Amino acid sequence: MSAEAVAEPSFAERRRWYLRGCGGAVSIPGLILVSAFVGFASLAKGAGVTAAQSVFMTGVVWALPAHVVLIGAILAGASLPAAMFAVTLSSVRLMPMVVAIVPELRGSRTPRWVLYLLSHFVAVTSWVVAMERLKHVPPDLRTSYYLGLGSTLVLGNMLVVAGFYAIADSLPPSVSAGLLLLTPMYFLASLWGSAREWATHAAMVIGIVLGPAFHIVMPQFDLVAAGVLGGLAAYGLHRLRGQRARP
Amino acid sequence: MTFDAIDAWWWPFLFILVAGWVATDAWRFLGVYLGSRLEQDSEALVLVRAVATSLVAAVIGNLVIFPSPALAATPLALRIGAVLLGFAAYLALGRRVIVAIIVAELVFGIGLWAGT
Repeated sequence: MSAEAVAEPSFAERRRWYLRGCGGAVSIPGLILVSAFVGFASLAKGAGVTAAQSVFMTGVVWALPAHVVLIGAILAGASLPAAMFAVTLSSVRLMPMVVAIVPELRGSRTPRWVLYLLSHFVAVTSWVVAMERLKHVPPDLRTSYYLGLGSTLVLGNMLVVAGFYAIADSLPPSVSAGLLLLTPMYFLASLWGSAREWATHAAMVIGIVLGPAFHIVMPQFDLVAAGVLGGLAAYGLHRLRGQRARP
Repeated sequence: MTFDAIDAWWWPFLFILVAGWVATDAWRFLGVYLGSRLEQDSEALVLVRAVATSLVAAVIGNLVIFPSPALAATPLALRIGAVLLGFAAYLALGRRVIVAIIVAELVFGIGLWAGT
């Protein structure tokens, strides 16, 4: 069947798949994400960021590692260019994720601007759920499905962050401490699981040690230094390993 | 030009917009632009992913070792132990993120309770 033979989906059909996308947000990965955003909200509150600023950050940034790096930069009193540099470095991973999802999302005549708009929703959770389920959605309706999935996750978690600020002060200290432990645990497990290759696992192990080490030696540049040196070291090991495997 | 450098309501929002939104969506837009033009398995992307992952791992390490006040009041060994056991459970029990979170929080909670 050629692409020309497929009729433009009707509005009712689009709405149906949009709503199914919204439903896809109510899932185990979605629930874990909510707990991670509760962790983020307690992190942001601890850093002196207001409720409105945190909700705004959730909507416009929508990438938890970037949120955490940005909060880290705010905590360290970093300047705007330094904060932007750290967040830019930490968000490189979004680019290959979008590159991977675009061919899955694109229908036979999807306009470019729709893809640019939808790309804002790409972050670990929506990406993992979409890459798993998009193949079961008719190609011309995938953008509708992903709009439902992405927008529900973003708006839902903006509400979660606002809700947390409303109740945070009534939480006992041990609960606050437990919530703050959520973020590192969530990232450690989900990043390990989403890694495509051995080099990424090596980079995680090296980075997690180098971060605190550089924090003691040069607190202003700890993240960038750990990222660049850890990444280069992991890549070097990956190359050495490749040479041994292919003599 | 830090987060609280200018005493105006809009400054923190501008800070978040420039350091947060521009810094993330620039990569997403570049991803759409490159589309299928870039090889997913190219060596350059392996290096890029390694640097980005190492940076985020450094953040994870700092969040456990040098956390914000509410968590900093708890013993360092308990925080490291809880995360390590959570990760071990994740690896051993079918690599589910939810398992890592539940085990880490349980160990942490029991540790706090036993310590008081």
